[in-house]
Amino acid sequence: MLNIGKIEEGFVLDHIKAGKSLSIYKHLGLDKNADTVAIIKNAKSAKMGRKDILKVECDINTLDLDVLAFIDHNITVNVIKDGEIVDKKELVLPKEIRNVIKCHNPRCITSIEQGLPHIFVLADEENEVYRCKYCEEKYAPKAESDI
Amino acid sequence: MRHLMNPLDFSVEELDKLFDLAESISADPAKYAHVCDGKTLATCFYEPSTRTRLSFESAMIHLGGQVLGFSEASSSSAAKGESVSDTIRVISCYADICAMRHPKEGAPMVAASKSGIPVINAGDGGHQHPTQTLTDLMTIRALKGRLGNFTIGLCGDLKFGRTVHSLINALIRYEGIKFIFISPPELRIPDYITDKLIESGIEYEEVIKLEVSIGDLDILYMTRVQRERFFNEEDYVRLKDFYILTNEKLQLAREDMLVLHPLPRVNEISVEVDDDPRAVYFKQAQYGVYVRMALIMTLLGLVSDTDTTP
Repeated sequence: MLNIGKIEEGFVLDHIKAGKSLSIYKHLGLDKNADTVAIIKNAKSAKMGRKDILKVECDINTLDLDVLAFIDHNITVNVIKDGEIVDKKELVLPKEIRNVIKCHNPRCITSIEQGLPHIFVLADEENEVYRCKYCEEKYAPKAESDI
Repeated sequence: MRHLMNPLDFSVEELDKLFDLAESISADPAKYAHVCDGKTLATCFYEPSTRTRLSFESAMIHLGGQVLGFSEASSSSAAKGESVSDTIRVISCYADICAMRHPKEGAPMVAASKSGIPVINAGDGGHQHPTQTLTDLMTIRALKGRLGNFTIGLCGDLKFGRTVHSLINALIRYEGIKFIFISPPELRIPDYITDKLIESGIEYEEVIKLEVSIGDLDILYMTRVQRERFFNEEDYVRLKDFYILTNEKLQLAREDMLVLHPLPRVNEISVEVDDDPRAVYFKQAQYGVYVRMALIMTLLGLVSDTDTTP
């Protein structure tokens, strides 16, 4: 049994699909700051069989929940303050996401225009379809590093 | 500031006003001959399209304005690697309005976001070509007297045809329209469009032969069936004649049916059909100029209340 200590202030992201925690770690930009992070992979879960968990010691106003919702809105977000859970956040699909994913359409202007933000707009909430703001191509993950 | 990126950027009411203005222009072009005196249109064409570019230039000249621009990327600073954002910032210093065609989808939208002048999307790759759709709607309205309550047949390449997809999206907003899609199975209308029609409760049919349904149509919108779209030569040879409009097939059609085509026509409409009063594709090109004149005036804020009073 692995023991990881409590955090004083920050987030516990629970019910992450097993194997997805590193991708979330990267997309939340946690590799670029000095926050203390615990990545728990393949933990046992009654609900999911196996799951990942991320514990992040940080200021609770700094996490981009929109990105998290886009990646997987079934993740449970526990907000921790003074070592206790003070809130559980509901994740809602963001209307727009900026510079999280890239448009793979070779005919899209984003393939040649320098410095252009990659923006995707929620086109179909029910089926969780995002389309590129410029060329309207549906987002489909291509590589392993994609979400 | 207003731009035109997509035919749906204008509401049905705004389109009505635009078409009222275009009709006023067609009825009395002299009245509008100096509306754009002192104004300049920049035609920034990163890929050649003689017809669309000349139509814009003709529109501006008929309004009394001037035109400048380039007709292919190699004769612009894009060849030196300049971004669309930089180009439009510079063009904004030279002109009052810009019509942009670009092979990359979304390029005019990027231009609009950085521009100091109104930008019109004159075609961006396989994505949008809104002024063609406005031309099609204007032609139908002017010659049928209404936009709505008709059966329209769209014939040819319905899978890749950008003009067809845009026209359907624009027509969905009007009442009482029935669509008949006439195409080879390889080039049938995409599911996402038929799904949208089902969702909106709009009636449609899919048929393979033009003769089968031509008698039911108020409007026939022809497009080209290109050889390279077929998987094999045998299928192309077998199917291509189904999609060529001849006088013989036209005999099966109603007396007041209209034949539209976005042009250029290659061989999908036999030249013998040109003399039939139902063939309106050259009139359509003329309406294309009137509707672009109305659009330039609208985006430049030069429309007065008397201009759109029927």
